[in-house]
Amino acid sequence: MIINYVGVSEISGSLIVLEGVKDASYDELVEVRLDSGVKRQGRIVQIDGERVVVQVFEGTSSISLSNTSVHLTGRPLELPLSSEILGRVFSGSGKPIDGLGKIFPKKKMDINGVPINPISRLYPRNYINTGISTIDTLITLIRGQKLPIFSGSGMKHNELAVQIARQAKIQGADESNFAIVFAAMGVKNDVAEYFKRKFDESGVLQRVVMFLNLSNDPIIERILTPRCALTAAEYLAFELDMHVLVIMTDMTSYAEALREFSSSKGEIPGRKGFPGYLYSDLASLYERAGMVKGKKGSVTQIPILTMPNDDITHPVPDLTGYITEGQIVLDRSLSSQGYYPPISVLPSLSRLMKDGIGEEYTRDDHSDLANQLFSSYAKVMDARALASVIGEDDLSDIDKKYMKFGKYFEKKFLNQGINENRSIEESLDLGWKLLSLLPREELSRIDDKIINQRYVEGSEEIFKQDQKINLLDENDSSEDDEDDQD
Amino acid sequence: MSSIMRHSPFNMEKKDYIYGINGPVVTVKNTKSFSMMEMVYVGNQQLVGEVIGISEESTIIQVYEETTGLKPGQQVVGTGGPMKACLGPGIVDRIFDGIERPLKAIEAKSGPFIARGCSAASLDQELLWDVTVQVKQGDLLSEGQIYASCPETSIITHKCIVPPGVSGKVIKVSSNGKYKVNDAIVSLEDSKGRIHDLTLCQYWPIRIPRKIKKRLDLKIPLITGQRVIDTLFPVAKGGAAAVPGGFGTGKTMTQHQIAKWCDADIIVYIGCGERGNEMSQVVDEFEKLVDPKSGKPMTQRTVLIANTSNMPVAAREASIYTGITLAEYYRDMGYHVAIMADSTSRWAEALREISGRLEEMPAEEGFPSYLPSRLSQFYERAGRVETLGGNEGSVTIIGAVSPQGSDFSEPVTQNTKRFTRCFWALDKALAYSRHYPAINWMSSYSEYFSDLDPWFLKNVGESFVRYRKKISTILYEEDKLMEIVKLVGSDVLPDDQKLIIEVAKVIRTGFLQQNAFHKDDTFVPLEKQYKMMKVILYLYKKAKQLVSASIPISRITNSGLFEKVIKIKYDVGNEEMDKLEGYIKDIDLEIDKIIKG
Repeated sequence: MIINYVGVSEISGSLIVLEGVKDASYDELVEVRLDSGVKRQGRIVQIDGERVVVQVFEGTSSISLSNTSVHLTGRPLELPLSSEILGRVFSGSGKPIDGLGKIFPKKKMDINGVPINPISRLYPRNYINTGISTIDTLITLIRGQKLPIFSGSGMKHNELAVQIARQAKIQGADESNFAIVFAAMGVKNDVAEYFKRKFDESGVLQRVVMFLNLSNDPIIERILTPRCALTAAEYLAFELDMHVLVIMTDMTSYAEALREFSSSKGEIPGRKGFPGYLYSDLASLYERAGMVKGKKGSVTQIPILTMPNDDITHPVPDLTGYITEGQIVLDRSLSSQGYYPPISVLPSLSRLMKDGIGEEYTRDDHSDLANQLFSSYAKVMDARALASVIGEDDLSDIDKKYMKFGKYFEKKFLNQGINENRSIEESLDLGWKLLSLLPREELSRIDDKIINQRYVEGSEEIFKQDQKINLLDENDSSEDDEDDQD
Repeated sequence: MSSIMRHSPFNMEKKDYIYGINGPVVTVKNTKSFSMMEMVYVGNQQLVGEVIGISEESTIIQVYEETTGLKPGQQVVGTGGPMKACLGPGIVDRIFDGIERPLKAIEAKSGPFIARGCSAASLDQELLWDVTVQVKQGDLLSEGQIYASCPETSIITHKCIVPPGVSGKVIKVSSNGKYKVNDAIVSLEDSKGRIHDLTLCQYWPIRIPRKIKKRLDLKIPLITGQRVIDTLFPVAKGGAAAVPGGFGTGKTMTQHQIAKWCDADIIVYIGCGERGNEMSQVVDEFEKLVDPKSGKPMTQRTVLIANTSNMPVAAREASIYTGITLAEYYRDMGYHVAIMADSTSRWAEALREISGRLEEMPAEEGFPSYLPSRLSQFYERAGRVETLGGNEGSVTIIGAVSPQGSDFSEPVTQNTKRFTRCFWALDKALAYSRHYPAINWMSSYSEYFSDLDPWFLKNVGESFVRYRKKISTILYEEDKLMEIVKLVGSDVLPDDQKLIIEVAKVIRTGFLQQNAFHKDDTFVPLEKQYKMMKVILYLYKKAKQLVSASIPISRITNSGLFEKVIKIKYDVGNEEMDKLEGYIKDIDLEIDKIIKG
C-alpha cells in the first residue's frame, strides 16, 4: 500500500512541504522522485496535521511544485551493516561510493542511535599510548573517551589525527579487533585523499570505514554523516567487539550545516545564528563514545574542529568543550614557529586521565609530574609576559630559569617528528629532565620522596649534549639550527 | 497507590489525538481535554509528556522522550494531574533519570541502551521494607507527623510522614513487620469522616514546593572540608551557592568534592545534561568511598539523577524539579540535604530549546523571558526550616553554571547571581596552572558571613574571623601588587611588599590550593584549617618584624620556612593536628637564627 503524493506545495532551501499527507510519522525516511527519473531521499522534520515538512538530503535543485512525487517508506533512516563495511567508502548518507557494490546487511540500525543508559556505561580507564609526548604525558587519551582537537585553518590537525590513528596502541586491541571510522564533513577532496593515502601507507586501510561528505556535497547530507559514521562505529564496537577510533572532521562545517538547515526551517536562532539546540545536537553525537558493561568493544572519538578566527569562545568549540572529556588545543604561534604538534598545553586537558594513569597503567609519578609540568609551564608564560615588558636581561634568576625551561619544553618535549613514536617511559623521563632545569624548591606539586627519586642533576648539560648529538645526526631533520638566545 | 490519588477529583482519563509534531513538541487540536501542566501519555508507545501550553486552537505538549515514529492521529491520554514524584523508601542509593524512572530497572528491561516508551515504577514495588509503626490506634495525626519508619540504607532511616493536607484519627494500624511500598500501614479518619489509607509512599507534584511550618535563620555552615570554601566563602546549611566556570575549570570536580565530603545527611546529585561517563564515574567512585561519619559506602546516602546530555531535552528540564522534590521530602523527615545541580545552564538551555520550538518571543540571548523567575523559583526552594512535623531540616543548593565562552555576563550566570548569596567563581587562568579548586578569591563572594560568624567563633576558634580577614587582606594586597609586578618585575618592590607577595604565595599554594587526590588533603577538618591559618599568619607576623628591623627578605626566603609551611597540607595528617604547634616553635627557632645571623 505505497501511496505516492504527487506535487509539492512549497519549497524553501532544502525543505519541501507536502499537503494532505496521511499516516506520516515523525523522522520517517521518504523517497522523492523527479519526473526526470532522479531519486532523492529525505526525512520528515515537522508534521502539522496533514501538512508535512520534508528535508531533502541531496538538495532541492530542479524540484518544482509539480514535477515531483514523494512516497513514505514507513521507517526512519537506517544504515545497512555487516562486517563487510571495513575497508569501504560511503557517501555522507551511507551509500557505497567506491563502486564495490551494495552491502549485504546483517543488521540495519537507526542512524540516530539510542542513548546509552548511564549506569550501563563502563567508566573508561585504560589509556591509549599515542607515542606523542605531550598527549601521553599531559593530555592522556583514554579508551572510550571523546577528545577533540581544536584547531584553526592552516594548522596541522590532520597530520596529528593521522599520527594518533597510526601510532595508537590500545591495550587489548590488535590487528583483528581494531578499526578506524573516518567521517569527513565538508572537507576538501585533498584532505580526504590525504587521510586515505596515509591510512594506505601505514597498511590499515582495510580496517578503515570512510564516510565522505566533501565540501561540494549537499549540505543536508552533512547532518547525517557523523550519525552514519557513529552508527557504523557502534555496530563494530558493540556487535563485533572491536576497539574503534572515530575521527570526525570538521565539526564546524557540521554545525554550519545544522545552522543552514535550522534557518531554512525558520527557527529562532541563538548565539551567532546557530540553533538553540546546538548543544543537545552535538551531545547526541559526542555522547555516543564510550564503553558499555558486558561488551568488549569501545568507541573512542577524536573530533576535529576548526575554530573560526582561532576563537575558542565561538559556539562550536565552546559547546564542544562542555560535552567532550577535555580538548587538545592547537596554537598558531607555536605552529608558525615550526613546532609540531603545535599543542597549546595550558588550555588542553584530558578529563579522564586522572583515573587512567599512575602505577597500574603508566607509572607512579605520572600524575604529579603532569601537574608540575602544567604549573611550571604556566609560570613560563608569566615570565615571558614580564620579559616582553622589561626585557629578558632584567628578569630575576628564577624567572630566567623558567625561560630556559620553557624553551627546552617546547623544543625537546613538545616538538616531535611526524613519524616519531616515543614510549611512555621515554616521555616521562624527558619530563623529569625538563623539571630538573628548575631548582627543587620550585617543584611544590610533587612529594619530596618522588623528587629525590627522579630529579636529574645537571640536566641542562644533558640537554646541551643532546643538542650536539642531534646536530651530528643527519637523519633527524626535525631539529633545525639551534641558536642559544640566552 | 495512596488514598490521595484515589480521592483525587480528576481521575477520569481523558483522551485526544495528535495533530502536529516538531521535535519534542506535540500539538493536539481543538481540545478541552487537558489542564495546564497535566501529565499525559503520548502515542502508541505511551511516551511521557506534559502539557505546557493551551490556546483556543491547540494544546501544546512537551514529550520527555524521542518523538521519532509518532504519527498524527495517535492517542494522547491524560492522567488527570500534574507530573508527580513518587516518594517513599527506595530512593536513596538509587539512580533515576529526569522523570524519576529508575535506570537500573530500565537496564534490566531494555539493556544498555534506553529504549523508548520503557516504563518502570519509580520505587521497587516488590521489595520488602522492615517497618516499625510509631503510632497506635486512637492517636491524632496531623500533616507532617511521622507514623512509621524503616531502615532504607545502612545510614538512612526512612520516616514515613503524613502527607501534607491529610490529618485525622488513627482507626487501623498494621503491626510491625515487612511491607511493600504500596501496602497500607495506617488508616486515618479525618474530621469529615473520610478514610485515608497511608502506605509507605506518597506523591507530590514536582513543580510545587512542599509545605513547611516556617523558615529558620541560616546560621549553621555546611562544612565541606575544602579550605577555600569553608574559610573564605562559606555557605550556610539551607543556603544556595553558584559555581560558575568555563569548561575545564573544574566545576564538576568541585561538585564531586563537596558531594563526597560535606556534612549533609543526604546528597542529591543531579547530572543535568552532562556527560554519561561522568555519571558512571560518580557511581563508581561513590561505591568505593567511605562516608567519614558512618564508615559506610558513600552511595548509602546519595541519590543520583542522571539525565545526560544525549537523553531527551524535556526530561532534562524536569530533572531539576524532580531532584529538589526528592530533597524536600527528606528534609521533611528532619534531614540536612545538599543538592548538587550540574549544570543549571543545561537546564536553562533546555528551557530555551523548548521555548524556541513554541516560537515564543525570546529575551536575552534567545533565552525565554521567564528564565529569571524560573531560576528564582528553583533557588528559593533551598532553606533551613521547621518541618510540618516540628523537626529541623534543610536543603542546600549548589548549582553549577556553565557560561558560554566563560563569559560571566551571560543571562544564566547573571540571574543566578541574583538569587544565590554565595558565588564561587572558577577561573580559567587558575585551572590552566592546575590550581584546584580554581575558585578565584578576588571575584568570589559569600554573603553568609554575618549569619555564620557567631557559629565559627563558638565552634572553631575565637580568632577564626580575624584570621580570615587577615588572609583576605593579604590576598587583596597581593593582587594590587601583582599589577605593578606585571609591569616592572618584583625586584623593585620594597621588602615589606615582597614579603606580602611571598606570604600570599604561601596562602595560595599552601592553603587555597587543595589536592583532591591526596588522602589527607582531600578533606580537611575545620580545626586543621584554623591552625594552618594560624601558622601562616604567625610566620607573616614574625617575618614582618624582621623586615621592619631591616633584615633583608632574601635571608628569610632562603631559610626554607615558606616552603616548609606550604607543605603542611601534605606533611601533617588530619589526625596529627598537635604537630602544628611544633611549626610555631620551628618558626621561632628559625627566625632567632636569622636574627643572630
